[in-house]
Amino acid sequence: MVTFTEIKKTKSYQTVLDGIWRDHPISSMVLGICSALAVSNTVANAIAMGAGVTFVLLATSLLISGLRNIIPRRVRMITYMIVIASFVIVVDRVLKAYFPEISESIGPYVGLIITNCIIMGRAEAFYSQNNVLHSVLDSVANGFSYTYTLVAIAIVREILGFGTLLGFQVMPDSFPKWVVISMAPGAFFVVSLFIWITRTLAKVESD
Amino acid sequence: MAINLLMIFIAAVLTQNIAFTYLLGMCPFISLSKSLRTASGMGFAVIFVVTLTALINWPIYNYILVPLHSELIYYIVFIIVIAGTVQLVEMIMEKFFPVLQAAFGIFLPLITVNCTVLAVSLFMVIRSYNYLQTVVFAFGASIGWIIAIVIVAAINEKLALVGDIPRGMKGPGIIMTIAGILSLAFLGFAGMVTV
Repeated sequence: MVTFTEIKKTKSYQTVLDGIWRDHPISSMVLGICSALAVSNTVANAIAMGAGVTFVLLATSLLISGLRNIIPRRVRMITYMIVIASFVIVVDRVLKAYFPEISESIGPYVGLIITNCIIMGRAEAFYSQNNVLHSVLDSVANGFSYTYTLVAIAIVREILGFGTLLGFQVMPDSFPKWVVISMAPGAFFVVSLFIWITRTLAKVESD
Repeated sequence: MAINLLMIFIAAVLTQNIAFTYLLGMCPFISLSKSLRTASGMGFAVIFVVTLTALINWPIYNYILVPLHSELIYYIVFIIVIAGTVQLVEMIMEKFFPVLQAAFGIFLPLITVNCTVLAVSLFMVIRSYNYLQTVVFAFGASIGWIIAIVIVAAINEKLALVGDIPRGMKGPGIIMTIAGILSLAFLGFAGMVTV
């Protein structure tokens, strides 16, 4: 019988915990901020972006950790980039085929998943040194925390900016829409508030 | 024609500033905007690389990928061109311009993952610009980016002298807030040109 305290000591558990809370990609390491700011204006966009990044992370972690002993060290960066770019093309095609409106509204930001530092960072720091199981767990944890952060920011911005949630109206008609929240300045303000709250709770010491 | 180019330039620098309207290039924004010196160093490196890669990517896309009906793989092609160009520029600078290398050599490897570079090439495809428009747009967009990062860095430097910032807000938090206020100010340019 495996008890919970024993599970707590395994590497898999630590990996997941690090990904979801301790090394939270957006608030504690401040990676992948561009897309977090740009596509969090509506919840639908945020979910699409989160799913896209999670898929690319998962596929990249599988391939790179599987091939980690074959990829020569000198060309590893360019290899990661080609692998990531190929999976981003898949995401882009799927969005274009099944969710044309979302693809239209996130536009170039899908392509910019390639330069999302979360994926490159995890590939370099984790997948190139760990086995397939741990890499996949790490990618799922990181993808999940990226998605829930994006969705949390998007919920605030969509309700205040459009008065809707996933397209359904949730605020009364008399509610004055805070248009600026759905535009660029609002993104900065909501994300900075989010960083403030999570950093205070997690007691991150800033350099 | 000249008017059109001017409009594209003004739009790229002010009304659709790549940092404050499209929210791109934020990773170096957060890590490098602690001092004016590093911010402007990175800014000049970005101007150089963005313009150069757009110049190389346009003919590759229009004369190689489009005739071969291989537009599908343009993400891969662009990112390889960008990574290769950065590497090449680094090597050339090391050999022939050691002074320049000392000034912004350390920023070059970071540029590959600066999303501004890839974004400018993607916008060029999405908006189907011609060659001249691409040059003007790439140059304008990178000028806009350096303006943004230099203003934020200057404010941040002064803030360090006087500020009593809450602990959780230090670093990234306060930079985002400064950028938010500046972005509100840049909204004021919105009526100037429409592209």
